[in-house]
Formats: sequence, structure tokens, C-alpha cells
Amino acid sequence: MTTYIVRRLFISIPLLFVMSLITFGFIRLPKGDVLAPYRNDPKFSREELRRIEHTYRFDRSFLVQYGYWVKNIFLEWPDTEGMAPAKTFGETLKRHLPTRLRLDLGYSFTNRRPVTEVISERLTNTLLLSVVSLILVWAVAVPLGTYSAVHQYSLGDKALSFIAFIGMSFPSFFLALVLMYVVSLTGWLPIGGLTSISFAELGFFGKLIDLAKHMVVPVLVIVLGSIAGMQRLMRGNMLEVLRMQYVTTARAKGLPEGAVIYRHALRNALNPMITIFGYELSGLLSGAALTEIITSYPGLGSMMLQAVMNQDIFLVMASMMIGGVMLITGNLVADVLLAMADPRISYD
Amino acid sequence: MANTQQSLSLTALAFRKLRKHHLAMGGLGVLVVLYVTCFIFSDFVAPYHFDSERRDLSYQPPSTIRMRDYNGNWHWPFVYSMSQTFDEYQRRVWVEDSSVMFPITTFLKGDEHRLLGLIPSNLRLLGVKPVLDPYLDGLSYPVMKEQLVEHARSRGADDHACRLLGKLPDGVEFHSKADVSHRVTARLYLFGADSRGRDLFSRIIYGGRVSLSIGLVGVFVSFTIGMLVGGLSGYYGGAFDNVTQRICEMIMMVPSFYLMLALRAALPMEMDSVQIYFMLVFIMSFIGWAGMARVVRGMVLSIRSNEYTEAARAIGQTDLNIITRHILPQTLSYAIVSITLSIPGYILGESTLSLLGLGIQDPYASWGNLLREAMAISEIKFHPWILIPGVFIFLTVMSFNFLGDGLRDAFDPKSQLVGKEYEQG
Repeated sequence: MTTYIVRRLFISIPLLFVMSLITFGFIRLPKGDVLAPYRNDPKFSREELRRIEHTYRFDRSFLVQYGYWVKNIFLEWPDTEGMAPAKTFGETLKRHLPTRLRLDLGYSFTNRRPVTEVISERLTNTLLLSVVSLILVWAVAVPLGTYSAVHQYSLGDKALSFIAFIGMSFPSFFLALVLMYVVSLTGWLPIGGLTSISFAELGFFGKLIDLAKHMVVPVLVIVLGSIAGMQRLMRGNMLEVLRMQYVTTARAKGLPEGAVIYRHALRNALNPMITIFGYELSGLLSGAALTEIITSYPGLGSMMLQAVMNQDIFLVMASMMIGGVMLITGNLVADVLLAMADPRISYD
Repeated sequence: MANTQQSLSLTALAFRKLRKHHLAMGGLGVLVVLYVTCFIFSDFVAPYHFDSERRDLSYQPPSTIRMRDYNGNWHWPFVYSMSQTFDEYQRRVWVEDSSVMFPITTFLKGDEHRLLGLIPSNLRLLGVKPVLDPYLDGLSYPVMKEQLVEHARSRGADDHACRLLGKLPDGVEFHSKADVSHRVTARLYLFGADSRGRDLFSRIIYGGRVSLSIGLVGVFVSFTIGMLVGGLSGYYGGAFDNVTQRICEMIMMVPSFYLMLALRAALPMEMDSVQIYFMLVFIMSFIGWAGMARVVRGMVLSIRSNEYTEAARAIGQTDLNIITRHILPQTLSYAIVSITLSIPGYILGESTLSLLGLGIQDPYASWGNLLREAMAISEIKFHPWILIPGVFIFLTVMSFNFLGDGLRDAFDPKSQLVGKEYEQG
């Protein structure tokens, strides 16, 4: 198993590499001025701007820029600018070796902070939103799907199927707008943002409640959007399992219906769902992005949009890479979970 | 009736099954209505041109179509002209001017347009009769308001009509009769007006041309590429297969929403409307072809090893022949279902980009672009009709989903429902 995981991780490195190169190409294609937010700022002199341009190799070709960015992600390199030529071999070697490990995804020129800082804050918010929604979706969709399958063609099942069809066709941005309209009519909940202005003065529970209130709308949008599909999936799985012979056997040997469904059928029906859980993990970031933008939730999605509009290249690169990494991890987690849940599957 | 029984082709059987699928047929019906009105009759059905604006009627609520005037008398359906004033709490409110009735007419003359892009016409299905027009004849334009009212009175206009003309702005020269008529005639806003006083209903119809067609065009492009690449890499395998599969994986690896934004960022922000349209098609096909190619490749791989393909090869058929005669037809039923089910994705993609201001730009309309005004969420409370375009997106997506679902059931050889019924019949 471990070898499998390690092998998978190794395979993903070139993928990420090529992906980042292509993305970098896309972003640098329009030849926009990355330093535009600095140009009109009197705080930055010409020399300062030239120095920044030089540091990030904006005055060099696209490949050099990319190389510089990649080189600096995990490693810190000694600054050899303006130093006297090296005398000994040891000194030369030292100048070409990294000094320490770190994570530096570049600098955000619109936020005027390192990308890692900007992203970590936004990433926390997005993960909070996504994880809460994911838990809720599962907690609701799995029981509903099971109910639908067990009571196939009953009134409840038909109603649920109908609602699911509507739910699957309801565009998330429209749902967000409608929900926000309802909220603005009633005035029960705050609109936009993650915290109120008075957040700092609140006590622990006050803070918690304030956060929860701000999250209701975005969470609802994501949850309502994905429950429908998940419910259908769970229903399908469960129906398939209920047709299996071991279920008939279980019934034939006189097990109570509850035991047949919950001990024998449900467990097996959940198996494919575990794979989906992994894929959901990978979709967490981009799934929430549009909802975030519309409900002005301070997450990665809204940041990404601004970064794209402002040509904040390193920020865009970083979000794309995080998306890619999440996807790889998600798929890996899905495969590993599946192997753990299903003894018939092994990767060795 | 066994003697009338004849064998039916698979396609005929599938359509037989589809006809029994009520939701799918309902979806098909909705789609036909939407596509026909938006493409063929958009200029005819929409009461106004998409950019015909009345700034003074910004966010006018949907017109109330009345049949009784304030005295309780019955009339042919009509609307009153509306204007904004302040109530006792200094809030903006809309009031109807109940003095002049503007009857709603059908087949009236409006802006010049070309039906189907060919037949010149200026007929509009619905509109408001410009009842003040007769009073505006015989004037030498340009003209000021005062002259206008005087002239109208001399041509027999009553006090009500004169009062309405008196509401025109002071100190402005009016250059033509059409200009004055445009400013004083009440507007028929079935779904209300947008921020610039343009008719939302008309804009939805015109916007449908973009939103609905982009789904078809986008699917066509990415499906052609996906079929071609998937088919070739499945059939020939080898290095080509390896390279294309890696490319597909890479495209599918990036979260699609982020990829969409990044691609948009790579293209210039300033473009004309046609360029933007094709840019949107390009972006979505770029993302969409990979998934198609992979599935088609998988299917081709399995069909390639079937006996009849082997047989075709054994009797010396060319590769091209085998691919076009034996393999691609097998993927067709999948393709039809898949195309239907993936169109909503393209429509939603266009809406999303336009909603964020990265797609279709203002004077032109698309359903996503129309929803952009609803993004100012504190404002929606005062004019919720701005959300209506979303209903159209929803309807279209749902219809495609129902239709696709029905098609899948119909083409699924495992569902033998109709076959059995047929045997019984």
C-alpha cells in the first residue's frame, strides 16, 4: 500500500510541473503589466520598480520567469547580487546551493503581501465552508437516498426524485441570488463577509454564532446544490445492492428487515460512495468558488477572481496549483479509502 | 394484431420509448418553444429592441395590464404610463398616470429588423399603441416642449394628453417625432425594466440567442474534437494515445472553474461582441473536449476488439472505413445522450462568465449578463424581477436534463419496457 501511495505521488509530480508551466504561459500570454498597481504609487521610485522587475525576472523571457518562480517555491537561494566573485571552490559551491527549505509561492502585487500569507487565510475560510457543507451534504443525502431506495416508487421516493431533479438543474449562482434575496427581504441573516464589524468585541460563543450566521447562506447554496446529486447516487447504489443475492439470502434466513438493510445492504451501498468522497475532496475548492464570489464570502474563489482581473500572476498560479494538488490528493484518498473499505481491492 | 407486426430498427424503437417518457417530451417541448422564439422570432416576439432604453424608467416594475380604467369602465387591455415620485417618507415610489390609456396592440410597427436575418420587417407581436402620435404630426422639428404642447392642443389634444406631454424635460430640443413618441408613450414591461429602463422581457428573448446557441455551438466544437481525438487514440493507441491521454488528464486535473478564469485571463479583456462569443465557445470547448475524448476512447477500445471489427479488418477494409462504418456508429447513441446532458454545462459556463463580467458585455444581452444586475444584492429587494433571467436558465437546464435522461433510458438496451409492450400489442 505504501509503495502504491509513494508511486502515485511520484507520478503526479511531472503532471503538476507541466500543468504549472502551461498555466504560467496562459497568464503571461496577455503581456499585461504585472506591476501596474505600483506604477502610480509615489512610494515606489523607478529604481525600486526596476529592482522588483529584476528580482522576479519580469525583464527576462517567459521561461526564465517561470524558472525563477519554480526554483524559489521550496528552497531559498543565497543572494549573489553585487557580491565579489568567489575565490575558492567551496565558496562557489555555496553560492549555488539552497540555504534552507521554505514555502514561497511568490508575491502578490495587489495585496502587497507574500502569496503564501494571502492564500493561507483564504484557504482556511474556503476549507471551513467546504467541510461544513460536505458534512451536511453527507448527513442528509445518505439517509435520504437510503430511504428512497428502500421505499422505491413510494410517494416519498417520487417526491424526493422530483425535488432532486429540480435541485440538479438549479444553477448554483441563481440559487445563491435567490437565497440572498429572501434573506435581504426578511433581514434575519447578515449578507456577505464572514464576520460582523463588531466581531472582535464578541465573546467566544458570540463569535461562534456570528460566524455561523454569516455562513448559513453560502453553506445552504452548496448543500442544496449537491444534496440532489448525492441522493440520487445513494439511491442508485442502494437499489443495486438490494437486488443482490446475499440480500435475498439474508431475508430468507429470517433476519429482521432492519438488519438486512442496515447491516448487510447499507454497508455495501456505501462502498462506491467512499470513492465519491475522495473526488468530492478534490472538487471542494472550485465547487465553492462561484458561491463564494456571489455571496461575497472571503474565500479562495473570490480571491482568484480578483487575482485574474488584476493580473496578479503569482496569486493565480498558487490557487491553480492548490487546486491541482487538492485534486491529486483527493483522487489518491479515494483510491486508498476504497482499498481499505473493500478487501477485494488491493494495489500490490 | 400479429400480422401487422414488422421489425423496427433500434432507432425507431428508441424514439418509440422516448415518446412514452413524459418528462423528456415535456422538456423537448419547452426547448422547442424557447429555441424557436429566441432564434427565429426574437425580433418579432420581443416588444422592443434589446438596447432601446428609457433612462427615466430605470427599474420600472412590471407593467400592470389593465382592462378597467379608474372609472370602472371596461376596455381592450391597456397600460398606463408610470413615473417615479417620492412618498411621504421620501421613498421612491412608482405611480401610474391614470389619465391616458395606452392600449396594447398586436402586430404593430416597431424598429426595422430582419426576420430570420433575411426578410425585412418591422412588425412586432406585442406593443403599446402610441396614442399621442397624431398630436405630434405637422411640426417642424427640432422643437421645444412648450411648442410641442401648444401644437398638440391645437390639434385637439385633451388636458390629460397635454399634461403627459408637459412631463417632458424642460430646455431640451426634440429632434424628431419618433424621439418624442419614444419618450411619452407608456412602455410595456412584461418583466419590468433594468437599470437603464430597457425591457427585461425583450432582453431575455435577445439574450436567449446567445445563451441557447452557445450551448449548441460549444458542444458541437468540443464533441467534434473529442470524437476525433478519442477515436484516433483509441483505435491506433501507441504514442499518440499516450500523449493525448496525458493532455486530457492535465486539463481534467485543473478545477474547471479556475481553468475557466485562467483562460479568460489569458485572452484580452477588450473585444467586440462576436469575438467574445467565440472566445466563450473556445474556453468552454477547451475544457470540455477532454472528458469526451476519454469516454469515446474507452468505447472505441472495447469496440475495436469486437468480432465484427476483427472481421472487417480480416476482409481487408481500410481503417477509415472501419472507423466510420463500424466503430463510430456504435458510439452514436452514447454521443446523443452525452451531448444532450452536456449542453447545460456550456450554458451555465457562459452564464457564469457573463455574470462575473468576463463574458458578454453590456449593450448585448445574455441570460448570465442580465443577472449581473442582481449581484448588487442590497438592491434586489427593491426590484426582484431582475432575477427572472435565472428562471429561464433553470428552465432550459432542467429541460435538457429531462430530455437527456429520457434519451438515455430510450437508448439503453437493458430497459426493455416498450419492447415488451410492443410484443403484447
